[in-house]
Amino acid sequence: MFDLSRWQELFQNLNVFAEGFGVTVSVSILSLIFMLLISLVVGLLRCSENRAVRACLLAYINFFQNTPLVIQILFMYNVLPRAGVMLSPFTCGLLGLSLYTGAFGASIVEAAIKAVPKGQHEAAYSQGMNYTQTMFLIVLPQAVRIALPPLANQCVNMIKNSSVLALIAGGDLMYRADSWASDNLYYTQSFIFTGLLYLALCLPVSKWAERLEKKAAHI
Amino acid sequence: MNSFLTFDTTLFLLRGLGITLVIASCTIVLSFILGSVLGIARYSGKGPAAKIAVLYIDTIRNIPLLLFIIGFRFTMPLPPVVSAVTAMTVFTSAMVAEIVRGGLNGISHGQWEAAYSQGFSYIGTLVHVVLPQAVRKIRKPLMGQFVTAIKDTSFCSVIAVKELMYSGTIIMGKYVKSIQVIALYAVIALVYFSVNMLLLALSKKMIKEQE
Repeated sequence: MFDLSRWQELFQNLNVFAEGFGVTVSVSILSLIFMLLISLVVGLLRCSENRAVRACLLAYINFFQNTPLVIQILFMYNVLPRAGVMLSPFTCGLLGLSLYTGAFGASIVEAAIKAVPKGQHEAAYSQGMNYTQTMFLIVLPQAVRIALPPLANQCVNMIKNSSVLALIAGGDLMYRADSWASDNLYYTQSFIFTGLLYLALCLPVSKWAERLEKKAAHI
Repeated sequence: MNSFLTFDTTLFLLRGLGITLVIASCTIVLSFILGSVLGIARYSGKGPAAKIAVLYIDTIRNIPLLLFIIGFRFTMPLPPVVSAVTAMTVFTSAMVAEIVRGGLNGISHGQWEAAYSQGFSYIGTLVHVVLPQAVRKIRKPLMGQFVTAIKDTSFCSVIAVKELMYSGTIIMGKYVKSIQVIALYAVIALVYFSVNMLLLALSKKMIKEQE
């Protein structure tokens, strides 16, 4: 661990880690966008009047929340090609992360919408607003404030879960660190450095989430 | 090879499920104990214990579990299953600690003052007044974390622990037809799904009975 030459070697191969870091960051940001879209749409539709839609979406939420992400990703990577759908590891990871975290995000958004008092809906309707106006102008802006802290926590989880890309040779930080270490057996150095990189990525987001939570508690 | 799941393969998968459940339950019990201690230490906010708890929680919570599982396996001389349980306990206890602290924070200050005015000590207040209320509040998120722990055991397949996911991957080598592979994935996913749903249903029932 304190062998200086090994650390020197690591810093000479910094580009390996930088590339992996880049892949992790880009897959996280893209998944975040898709995940937010899924959460918003599914969360909104979960509050709709249509029973069939609600049941279908509940099935989606329950299935993706209660099966491991590893299975979902391996399924996309190993099985979909048999059906003629070839996805790159990056796309598999992106799809898996968005769907998996989206299922959690959707229940957060749903709970947030339901936490907005019913009087808000009624007041908006009484002012002559229709359903869309009520939702987007009155209810959602209030729901966002409730949903933001848990969503930020889910974002941290998503960044951490992006390490499953390593299982399908996705070239992310975890994968690069593991393969670099298995080339020269400098496991300790590689993993400590990787841990610090993940920490640098996640700590600001989780601190932000913590601040949001504190703020929400004061209101 | 005509039939899909023979007796042997089913037994093999069941053994995998057994190891998954052993890893998960060890992790859950150990991280509940360690997590509660850390959460209370952080909540108390004073002294070196709180500082260590803050450092531990903030660091561990922001590093992927996969890194711990692979890292512990390659840098420590432990057998695979023990290494997996250690890695998962280290990670999950940080998550549990945050949940415990969240529950404790939700208890109003008046409870402390009331207990003090009745002559309770700090420890007495914590154990008899504050913790029982906090436990009620955190049952749901705690259950969610335990379900996550069960799902996360699938990460252990990376270090060749023969849990459910890895057993499934081994068996998959036997099958050629797409439909068999898809069915096997479905079976594994369904097993995880049923275990988790069962756990959630049980906890919901328990919560209802207590109220």
